[in-house]
Amino acid sequence: MSMPVVIEIADSHVNQEIFDEVFNYLVSVDERFSIYKKDSEITLFNEGKIPKLNLSEDMKEIFKLSEEMKNKTDGFFDIFFDGKIDPSGIVKGWAIYKASLILRKKGFKNFYIEIAGDFEIAGLNIEGKKWAIGIRNPFNKKENIKIVYLTDVGIATSGTYENGEHIYNPKEKNKATEIESITIIGPNVYEADCFATACFAMGKNGIYFIERQPYFDGYMIDHEGIATFTSNFEKYVKKN
Amino acid sequence: MKKFVLSAFVLLSFGFYVIWLNNSNSSIDLSVPVATDSFGGTKNTFNLSSNSSNNSNQQTTPSNSNQNEIPLSTTFITTSIPVTQKNGTYNDGEYIGDSIFAYSDYIQVKVIISRGILTDIQFVQYPKSGRSGRISSFSLPTLKQEAIKAQSANINAVSGASYTSPAFIQSLSSALVQAKA
Repeated sequence: MSMPVVIEIADSHVNQEIFDEVFNYLVSVDERFSIYKKDSEITLFNEGKIPKLNLSEDMKEIFKLSEEMKNKTDGFFDIFFDGKIDPSGIVKGWAIYKASLILRKKGFKNFYIEIAGDFEIAGLNIEGKKWAIGIRNPFNKKENIKIVYLTDVGIATSGTYENGEHIYNPKEKNKATEIESITIIGPNVYEADCFATACFAMGKNGIYFIERQPYFDGYMIDHEGIATFTSNFEKYVKKN
Repeated sequence: MKKFVLSAFVLLSFGFYVIWLNNSNSSIDLSVPVATDSFGGTKNTFNLSSNSSNNSNQQTTPSNSNQNEIPLSTTFITTSIPVTQKNGTYNDGEYIGDSIFAYSDYIQVKVIISRGILTDIQFVQYPKSGRSGRISSFSLPTLKQEAIKAQSANINAVSGASYTSPAFIQSLSSALVQAKA
């Protein structure tokens, strides 16, 4: 799980130790779950070197949560792929959520934790206002095409990468994906993350799926630059 | 509770409708209200069998002209289940209607005739809600649309799809250790 991590804490009693504790926790998650590490628990499990009974509690929890999400999304979310288990789609959001519990346990109420565009958002920013999060323009990463004002929610975005550094190629428009990106907001980042992954795989039907989920909202962008969003999404666009 | 009442109302109303048709037709018309999207998703197509008469009756929901809202149309799909008529009544038995794909899921109903009259209507396939497979209501969703446009407000952070970079980067915001004013 090699991704940029950002933590911002607005509480006045913030100190260096809490950052160290949270970053160390995330490093330990990476060491357990990264399929790119030769000695990680997941790599060893995929190679058949660890029996299921001997897996750590965290690994068992991830398998159990993955199974639940697979059922909730009619199989669109699935960590089993190409003969191997790759839990990175669920571990990212889960790790953010667990890290946020570390902060809350230490009495922090105003912060966000981000890993690669997914956030757990708590309380208010340093100005005492809801955290202002931009939704990136999938066609131009220097722009934001929506600003949402958030408190005590998780937000996750799934999308294609093809328009990142490269010039947008209209011939690639008809590749496997039906949509450019989908952003999900809900009570926690780990479900938002799984739903974002699943909804992206569902293509244009994903936004209908999210509309049916109580407590979750979505903002989907298609290849033509048209956004379709859930009926309650607009509450997040208000500053107060 | 609201979903149950709505579903019950739907079932009862077309139950009465079917009973009304009883004396005049030799086939049962099942009208199933479904939602379709009007902006051309290729997956939301209807799957009607070739020997059914189909008579779709488009009704659009009232749209709120103050908002850029795309109302989803209500389409009443009529499909015929051939049922042998005898002396003005139906033959007893269970009959299953066509499976219709709508609102990104399948809907299929079964009617039960006993003593020549409709006694029950059941769902064979129904739109499952994400969490537990309960029958979802037929309430029409009001998804909204807009063209995306660059925004220029001050922000704290950005959510976007990102690459998996080879390096594990940690960064701290410079405002982190400032005391809250």
